[in-house]
Amino acid sequence: MRHSHPTSEELQALIDAQMHLEGPLLPILHAIQEACGHVPEAALPLIAETLNLSRAEVHGVMSFYHDFRKAPAGRHVVKICRAEACQSMGANALSEAVLDKLGIGWGGTTPDGRVTVEAVYCLGLCACAPAAMVGERLIARADVARIDAELEGAA
Amino acid sequence: MKIWVPMDSAAKALGAEAVVAAIRAEAETRGVEVEIARNGSRGMIWLEPLVEVETPEGRMAYGPMTPADVSALFEDGHEKALGLTDELDWMKRQTRLTFARCGLTDPLSLPQYEALGGLAGLRRAIGMKAEEIIDEVKLSGLRGRGGAGFPTGIKWDTVRMAHADRKYIVCNADEGDSGTFADRMIIEGDPFCLIEGMAIAGIGCHAEKGFVYLRSEYPDAIAVLGRAIEIARAAGVLGADVLGSGHAFDMEVRVGAGAYVCGEETSLLNSLEGKRGVVRAKPPLPALEGAFGKPTVVNNVISLATVPVIFEKGAEHYANFGLGRSKGTIPLQIAGNVRHGGLFETAFGMSLGQIVEDLGGGTASGRAVKAVQVGGPLGAYLSPEQFDTPFGYEEFDGQGALIGHAGLVVFDDSADMLGMARFAMEFCAVESCGKCTPCRIGAVRGVETLDRIAAGDASAIPLLTDLCETMQDGSLCALGGFTPYPVMSALRLFPEEFGAVREAAE
Repeated sequence: MRHSHPTSEELQALIDAQMHLEGPLLPILHAIQEACGHVPEAALPLIAETLNLSRAEVHGVMSFYHDFRKAPAGRHVVKICRAEACQSMGANALSEAVLDKLGIGWGGTTPDGRVTVEAVYCLGLCACAPAAMVGERLIARADVARIDAELEGAA
Repeated sequence: MKIWVPMDSAAKALGAEAVVAAIRAEAETRGVEVEIARNGSRGMIWLEPLVEVETPEGRMAYGPMTPADVSALFEDGHEKALGLTDELDWMKRQTRLTFARCGLTDPLSLPQYEALGGLAGLRRAIGMKAEEIIDEVKLSGLRGRGGAGFPTGIKWDTVRMAHADRKYIVCNADEGDSGTFADRMIIEGDPFCLIEGMAIAGIGCHAEKGFVYLRSEYPDAIAVLGRAIEIARAAGVLGADVLGSGHAFDMEVRVGAGAYVCGEETSLLNSLEGKRGVVRAKPPLPALEGAFGKPTVVNNVISLATVPVIFEKGAEHYANFGLGRSKGTIPLQIAGNVRHGGLFETAFGMSLGQIVEDLGGGTASGRAVKAVQVGGPLGAYLSPEQFDTPFGYEEFDGQGALIGHAGLVVFDDSADMLGMARFAMEFCAVESCGKCTPCRIGAVRGVETLDRIAAGDASAIPLLTDLCETMQDGSLCALGGFTPYPVMSALRLFPEEFGAVREAAE
């Protein structure tokens, strides 16, 4: 379903499907990222044209939000919460251990393209911290072993 | 045999789905017929996944459950049996008004929602004039539960009286504050309550369209609310003729994109319109020029989800709870390094110490409590010496603190307070929308200044104090304006960690 090299017809279809909404730009960007795993550069002029905006405006919106990627992420995305409640339960040590083990920094992807690790600020699991997310799966009271196990399970 | 297993994302993150699978497998092995029902969380997160078995006496609680504990559910004398859920101390001591149904019902069952008082408030509101609806909200004393504490009825009245062809009800569900999860819990556990509250707001303010701006970090809540809106629409609770009243009201979910600042109402409105989530200067107030330039109510999830019970039980019933000008109840979210973390709804007025020590049971690590941050990343740290402070808007203000969205994050004595102050500045720098200089530049300079202090340069402390003053007075919104709260409170409470005492001694 996900493919990172959509044609401009496919991109236009994703844009058009959101045009009935009031203020459709964020839903459009979400829809494209959902379908392609990122928002390809080629989408920006199409969005600008459809919404009668400049390309700079579309770029400005896309780059404002942490969620939207310019390039595809690794096959698995690990998000580790860095916010206060998780810090009170050792999130800093956890993220350091995970990043060290994979040999990458925040936002980095392993050279084999398998894992991307991103910071997230609060997953709403503050009473069972530290929290992490592997793909769509939430992990409470996370530790390195649990995150590893989820990654293995996801292969 | 009927067994309830929460579908709340905290329960799932703690293994609820594996427990469900184990129950299914065990039931099949034993040849026992089991109905597995899904509910929201009861709020006792330290006991999640909390499984309940229906008995003639009531629902019996077991937790925290693992798949290995499942087989004993089918026998007598379970080692994780807690007794009747309703008789647990944590449940009995609460005043559950907003969260009355959360954890009791299947979140997506409209009949179960109605059976426990749901839609009674909306039906009553339909029989009232718009002014009467507003008066009821004013009389309840409800104040914005997002943190600012602005009287909800006054905001609604401004929108009601504004002249425009379109008006909007916008629900701020961009719950980005660390330590808070009440919005997530009610959306996942009782979404119809929010829908009903928004419909009442729509009728009271003559608005026909609602948006819930929900953060992308809450995928479960997005799915549950989306489904609940479809169900409500199919049942005529939403649509062109709300419950046959002649009033139109419909709503949709809008997903955020990972920007903390979009929890600020004007930035949220820009984001909703498809723009960068940059803060707008006020005036104009959103109540007059809000979403798409039209009069707009922007309320927090808990404010809106509290509206149905106010109409169901009456404004006076609600206003009878609380303390001074902090009327009604507040869902406390006890989080961080705490033994009994979870959600506890109670009237305003409980002391901070009671909340942390008595309800929370102290730290999870068993060490001494060092500090409690109340109200999210922009909230002040309080020390155990301030534990007698009653939980209320004005009471916390008097301590140079704020209650915010009522999240409390507990830290034990291993916490590095200079590090936490630095994190507050770093977070502000990462999340600043960039519109105003005190926040955009100040936060970066704040990180650098704290690094100087950490390196032993105590002469940078007056500079930090001065910078915080500028940020507080000169920022356009609460992000830059309130970041000084955690920074300055950490400095005030723990000067020795900033080297201030060392310098004074020299």
